[in-house]
Amino acid sequence: MNFMESIRVSLRSVKSNKMRSFLTMLGIIIGVSAVIAMVSIGQGAQSSVTSQIQGLGSNLLIVTPGQASQGGVRLGAGSANSLTMADVDAIAKQDSVAGVAPDITKNEQVVFKNQNTSTSIEGTSADYPDVRSTKVSAGRFFNKYEVKGQSNVAVLGTEVANTLFGSAGNDIIGQTININQMPFEVIGVLESQGTTGFTNNDDRVMIPITTAMNRMFGTTNVRTFYVSAKSADLMDQANIDVTTALRAQHHLKPKDDNDFQISSQAQILSTAQGVTGIMTTLLAGIAGISLVVGGIGIMNIMLVSVTERTREIGIRKAIGATRGAIMRQFLIESVMLSLLGGIIGILIGVGIALLVSKVTTLTTAVTLSPILYAFFFSMLVGIVFGVYPARKAARLNPIDALRYE
Amino acid sequence: MQPLIRIDDLRKIYRVGDQEIHALSGVSLSIREGEFVAIMGPSGSGKSTMMNVLGCLDKPTLGEYVLDGHAISKLHDDDLAIIRNRKIGFVFQSFNLLSRTTAVENVELPMLYAGVPAKERRRRAIEALESVGLGTRLYNKPNELSGGQQQRVSIARALVNNPVILMADEPTGALDTKTSLEIMGIFQRLNDQGKTIILVTHEPDIAEFAKRVVRFRDGRIVEDEIVEHRRLVSEIASAQEEAVL
Repeated sequence: MNFMESIRVSLRSVKSNKMRSFLTMLGIIIGVSAVIAMVSIGQGAQSSVTSQIQGLGSNLLIVTPGQASQGGVRLGAGSANSLTMADVDAIAKQDSVAGVAPDITKNEQVVFKNQNTSTSIEGTSADYPDVRSTKVSAGRFFNKYEVKGQSNVAVLGTEVANTLFGSAGNDIIGQTININQMPFEVIGVLESQGTTGFTNNDDRVMIPITTAMNRMFGTTNVRTFYVSAKSADLMDQANIDVTTALRAQHHLKPKDDNDFQISSQAQILSTAQGVTGIMTTLLAGIAGISLVVGGIGIMNIMLVSVTERTREIGIRKAIGATRGAIMRQFLIESVMLSLLGGIIGILIGVGIALLVSKVTTLTTAVTLSPILYAFFFSMLVGIVFGVYPARKAARLNPIDALRYE
Repeated sequence: MQPLIRIDDLRKIYRVGDQEIHALSGVSLSIREGEFVAIMGPSGSGKSTMMNVLGCLDKPTLGEYVLDGHAISKLHDDDLAIIRNRKIGFVFQSFNLLSRTTAVENVELPMLYAGVPAKERRRRAIEALESVGLGTRLYNKPNELSGGQQQRVSIARALVNNPVILMADEPTGALDTKTSLEIMGIFQRLNDQGKTIILVTHEPDIAEFAKRVVRFRDGRIVEDEIVEHRRLVSEIASAQEEAVL
């Protein structure tokens, strides 16, 4: 009996017991669809985190304050108030540095006529659009004279603009809004940038950092410097230059630790990818266990099937089926069960992944490799868990099998 | 002429616990081509064991068995399977057809294992079914057929690989008298065409359809004789027709 005939015979047996075949496959279906869905969600998270971090700009260095220490007790990273506006000028002077954008943030109430919203007020310099590759969709960003002159001008994120002005769309520029009871002239609206992690980039108002520090927040400390290197090749040089400049600026002795931290997009990226990668592997591993359980289910049913069809095996042997032919028939049947389950599972898994990306904010990435893995793994499950029942069938004594009731 | 079957001092010993059961204790027999032999005997006489060994379903413990030039005693399981497939056709008391499988597919089964191509399989299966008078029930499943029809399907299946020997194990055991007669008629017709047939039965009037009767008792042949008053189905049928008229 050739291979195609064996497949036909097995397919008929799978079809003739539809309900049982389906229940047998269910374990594999659930396992495979779980693996596909989990890996798709994990990879989607990974790729969206990656693209968000890459969206920071490839030339970007982020300088944050270091750890403060009180009587030898270190506090958390960023707890020191070590960055000031004087540092900005020192960094900007470096040859490898293209621009510096200091940044401080605080939540305030923003009011326009009878509309109001609580949003993040971000003070920065005129370099911000270049450093963070941010564009305005209407009007303009504030210039360095407005920063120097502590002007009361504001650039709105799209969400804030929508909340305050609703559909009044075009007339936003030139209107006056109140931030913390101070009047600001709206001079521009930012292009929509979506969300980064849990941060909504459209829900903010940008104002000159001088205005923010001196007239609104009353502080001299900067939370973050965004530093752009002149090119990607100069990243390492920029890192060294910024470090040197800041150490000099902060009068640190050679034995002192830095009182600031510099991170690059690449570092953040590899950390984030590491985390999401582990998460994906974990999810896939848990789902993989259900595949093994599904395989045991197949073995169980195949054993039942061999017992139930003892007489059929006897008939086939009596009229000339060799051990190999019987073995092949049952093995193909179990592989077919697991493979069919695998294919249905892949379809369901892809469906779940698409559904998740549609109805939730999670992004999913359906890629070929987990589908291929799932396909071959389910085939392997069919072979591994099918061999024992198939051997049992092949070794039946034809006389005993024929007499079996 | 070389006999089709030659058996010499055949023994079959089963071991149950520490007890040895001699199912066959020294049987010698030869059957020539074209014979129609009935094997008879009470239950426990060894006739079923004899049938299994003759049908290559079981191997003898000791002794020689040559079928159509093949020394069966020395063959392995898979070789026996091939011998069963090519040389022997089985007809069982309980028909042993695959349920949920049509008549024509049941008949195709031995050819499936012989590696006959699909088209030829179907053609020969239909031919075989037509020759036993089932040309109109090709695509019925066993549960849609009467007992007699099922036994005809199994005869068609037994014949389809053109075996040298047809083995029938109580083929009429599950059938009524009229249907039994029909089945025996088919056997006699096949034998007339030259097919060698071995029939195992415990019914004396069924054995009388054969040409030779071999009687077993306690694992030995106690009687081996030519049937003197052989019943011929063709004569019985015409006699019945006359009676009706």
